[in-house]
Amino acid sequence: MPELETIIAIALATVRAGTPLVFAALGELITEKSGVLNLGVEGMMLIGAVAGFAGVVVTGSIAVGLIAAMLAGLLISLIFGVLTLTLQSNQVATGLALTIFGIGLSAFVGLSYIGTPIKGLQPIDIPGLTDIPVIGPLIFGHDLLVYASLLVFAAVAWFLYKTRGGLILRAVGESHEAAHALGYSVIGIRYLAVMFGGAMSGLGGAYLSLAYTPQWAENMTAGRGWIALALVVFATWRPARVVLGAWLFGGITIMGLHLQASGFEISSHLIATLPYLATILVLVLISRDATKIRLNAPASLGKPFHPSD
Amino acid sequence: MNFRKTLMAAAAATLIAGAVQAEDLKIGFVYVSPIGDAGWTYQHDLARKALEAKYGSKIKTTFVESVAEGADAERVIRKLAQDGNQLIFTTSFGYMNPTVKVAKQFPKTHFEHATGYKRAKNVSTYLARFYEGRYLTGIVAGKATKSNKIGYVAAFPIPEVVRGINAFTIGARSVNPNVEVNVVWTSSWYDPGKEREAAETLMSQGADVLAQHTDSTAVVQAAEDKGKFAVGYHSDMSKYGPKAHLTASTHIWTPYYMSVVDAQMNGKWQSSNTWGGLKEGMVALSDFGPAVTEETKALVQKAIDEIKAGKLHPFQGPLKNQAGEKVVAAGKTMSDDELLKMGYYVEGIIGELPKKN
Repeated sequence: MPELETIIAIALATVRAGTPLVFAALGELITEKSGVLNLGVEGMMLIGAVAGFAGVVVTGSIAVGLIAAMLAGLLISLIFGVLTLTLQSNQVATGLALTIFGIGLSAFVGLSYIGTPIKGLQPIDIPGLTDIPVIGPLIFGHDLLVYASLLVFAAVAWFLYKTRGGLILRAVGESHEAAHALGYSVIGIRYLAVMFGGAMSGLGGAYLSLAYTPQWAENMTAGRGWIALALVVFATWRPARVVLGAWLFGGITIMGLHLQASGFEISSHLIATLPYLATILVLVLISRDATKIRLNAPASLGKPFHPSD
Repeated sequence: MNFRKTLMAAAAATLIAGAVQAEDLKIGFVYVSPIGDAGWTYQHDLARKALEAKYGSKIKTTFVESVAEGADAERVIRKLAQDGNQLIFTTSFGYMNPTVKVAKQFPKTHFEHATGYKRAKNVSTYLARFYEGRYLTGIVAGKATKSNKIGYVAAFPIPEVVRGINAFTIGARSVNPNVEVNVVWTSSWYDPGKEREAAETLMSQGADVLAQHTDSTAVVQAAEDKGKFAVGYHSDMSKYGPKAHLTASTHIWTPYYMSVVDAQMNGKWQSSNTWGGLKEGMVALSDFGPAVTEETKALVQKAIDEIKAGKLHPFQGPLKNQAGEKVVAAGKTMSDDELLKMGYYVEGIIGELPKKN
């Protein structure tokens, strides 16, 4: 039986590993709910990671870094917005290009920051509360961005399903013609959704460079943007499932490492594939009911719209 | 100036075209990753800079970084050869076949391929005995650990990595027979997040010294944050853990590259296979951190002297594998061939080595 401390360590690490995915995937969820498929998450995360890091190096303030990361992600997503929404370019191709552009640009901008040490975001420590056995570290032992990711989740879930704005956003994603006919600015709403996705991706990237491994290194997201994209589908466009999926993915990765370190006789190659296997398994289970997926998937996802059509 | 992959071929070509005079020796370098400020490629680039400093205007070096192994590499190597580089260093294992292929088309160009085993009349291979450095860092780690548990974050279970883990363990147990080494595989050469989590995992299970065979500096940083110790690899990583960093096993390519360039200039270049270690100056330890005691330093120095003098070999008998079976008899030393094929753990390592299947 593993000790209690190990279990707590696994739980904390799971949340850490899942948090950048929560941010990026919730951002992409909103973008996709408006009917836009932005495959540039990986690129936007890298831009956010380098911008956040640069912000902290220049000003010494984590808060400034986080704002810089969100702004940078937002700006870079605007390029995508102009290309796909205003100029009607293909969303898939543009998103892929955005990722490649983000990888290159972040590497270029980040050249002078390689090897610069910073003091990263530390877990909070509330005297009295964090010291409570078991519950203390589990509830009060994370860094602030983990709590922020939960706030973003709550805000997204509330906005999508409890507000008029969320209804309009979903309407635009389901049928842009109908939303247009009702007098809503489809393009404007999609711009906002794309920008939100960019800002959240930037924040997810900044979590990596400011909290998870406080340093800048080229391509440091190592594919997490793609995982975030997959998570949105995996979660069938439901915010709660996005969060659970992100933690599941992080948790299985961490479990694999702990199994290895405990001398459990299992191939490291198999362990490395486990998170993906689990994803596929859940996808298979979920997609048994095709109607439910269709109910949640935005019907106009990836389809271009022009008001004159 | 650095150029990203997508730009590099065209950019490299224009760079070379103008500035060089006919009599200069043009030397090309192909790197697998960005240069950065630590790591495998960084060490190669240090040697390239040393060449420029020594030979000045007599040579003209060109490098292309972040070249993916495979078809991309072949294109870049061919381009360098076409542009008149007479000597080309291809510095990653995966460049082996592209290098040999391009070498056939440019019989007058000389190629130096790191870590491979395919040679030709105009293709040399070179490698460093990294395991000697690993053995030394093992000594440092073995003396530093209090819990007698050392964690090792490794990428893939290939002979090169397994050899390093074994040499490290043998070194650690030579000064502290109670040491146990626990390995976690990340299945990735470069993923700072995952390396960090692997390090945290090992520390949560009691390891107080960490070693790594991955490319990022996340392991050293994790040790620093938790007040534990770490041993770097490839380059000095003390910047990421001023207190945690005990030392690092680093690769020094400068002497070898200088000898190759000298031979090329004198018209004496020949295809060869070089596998040099401490003695040849291809492997060295970086400066010791503040936590390393004088006693440890003396032990390391003694081992260095003995390895250089040929009196000590990290893989000398008697050696037992993990199951306690004798693999090298007393008085014997493992052959280079056995070293290159190593596929088992030695005594003192916990856990199973992942099989190839």
